[in-house]
Amino acid sequence: MPHRNFDIELQLLVDAIYLKYHYDFRGYAQASLKRRLTTAMSRFDCSTLSQLQDRVLHDPSVFQPLLDYLTVQVSDLFRDPAYFLALREKVVPLLRTYPSLRLWVAGCSTGEEVYSLAILLREEGLLDRSLIYATDINTQALQMAQAGVYDIDRLPGFTENHRRAGGRTSLSDYYSAAYGKAVFDKSLRKQIVFSDHSLATDSVFAEMHLVSCRNVLIYFNRDLQDRAVGLFREALCRKGFLGIGAKESLRFSSHAEAFADYALADRIYQKKDLP
Amino acid sequence: MSAPALPRHITAVAMGASAGGVDALGQLLAALPREFPAAVFIVLHMSRERPSLLADLFQARCALPVREATDKEPVQAGCVYLAPPDYHLLVDAGPQLALSVDEPVQYSRPSIDVLFETAADEYGERLLGIVLTGGNDDGARGLVAIRAAGGLGAVQDPATAMVPAMPSAALGIASPEYVLSLDGLAALLRSLAAPASASPAAERLR
Repeated sequence: MPHRNFDIELQLLVDAIYLKYHYDFRGYAQASLKRRLTTAMSRFDCSTLSQLQDRVLHDPSVFQPLLDYLTVQVSDLFRDPAYFLALREKVVPLLRTYPSLRLWVAGCSTGEEVYSLAILLREEGLLDRSLIYATDINTQALQMAQAGVYDIDRLPGFTENHRRAGGRTSLSDYYSAAYGKAVFDKSLRKQIVFSDHSLATDSVFAEMHLVSCRNVLIYFNRDLQDRAVGLFREALCRKGFLGIGAKESLRFSSHAEAFADYALADRIYQKKDLP
Repeated sequence: MSAPALPRHITAVAMGASAGGVDALGQLLAALPREFPAAVFIVLHMSRERPSLLADLFQARCALPVREATDKEPVQAGCVYLAPPDYHLLVDAGPQLALSVDEPVQYSRPSIDVLFETAADEYGERLLGIVLTGGNDDGARGLVAIRAAGGLGAVQDPATAMVPAMPSAALGIASPEYVLSLDGLAALLRSLAAPASASPAAERLR
């Protein structure tokens, strides 16, 4: 039971958001949530979380910007190149054996991870038979992901990551640049379905060969992590793959025994063939 | 004046360092005895491209287990936890470790302020924060948060720091209890592991 004012107010605010807007932050890791809400408090000129709760309950236009504070994660294309190199070298050879592929990028935020995966599959000749589900709870972030537009000054970093991820082509083949922005190619998006989905409240929607969910679980407490990993376990086909963030681990998950280490250094696991 | 000693209720130490920090931290970690009773959290600014070999580097000099922090890992007394490159290290309720890829704070990820503020929230008066050598002002606001929560603050004497800006900034706004050279900080930390009767200052502060 919380006893400090801030902790009490935090619990009340999270409950209020759930009741009013049906977004469930009750299972989020406290330390990060507190920091983000503290930042949001000063952005919205509130000196307490109770004031912020008042604003968000009575002024729905405040909710979307608050949601951005709570959820938006800026990533890079091919962040942690070693992860994508491991997918390419160790997972793609198995994916190649399936006639059609379904892949799920859970918590895709503004889409960097999705385009990385799509480009990798294109390079490996697999994109045309793949369907990538890109999901997030923030519909505005999803729209940005769908637009596939990034500031041009991020491209040198993306290009270097792509090269280190074993890229076989030039990243510039996949975007066109204009007015300080880079727009990623429509043909990549043809194989991507962007969809509103919550790991906290929704269920599984299709059988997957690969789930990639990186640096999302670190924002969840253990119970919510268990729920999310449980969804991945349920969604994955026999011997399907799960990729998580470089510093995340299934070690503390109640589903740990359902997965075998596949490329442990790069945090790629394979669902065990249990009865 | 006798050397200062830490009160016995300190159960966690959070340290932050930037430029010159590898040597400074190496020296402090080497001073910690095997029976050191507190958990130690460390943020050291470094290039994000560098593979994280720091844990191995420090382990070679330290009697305590030194690990790179893993998300959701329960905190154990007498363990040294390093923030991984390009992640913030936070202390969450439990206490357990938490990581985040939130925006860099003042261009830094990991950020010393983020570690200090979250550790202060969890440990309150049981925390000691230490700001070491560095060329920016990360850690200063975090040290203010530690002191506001009832914890203790220590700063490397800027005159003895390889790069004085960071300890100077912390000294400027956090009024830390201790301003010491690395040798002094090492002795301060060791006082926590000394038998109770051997540290009268600790008794006085109880």
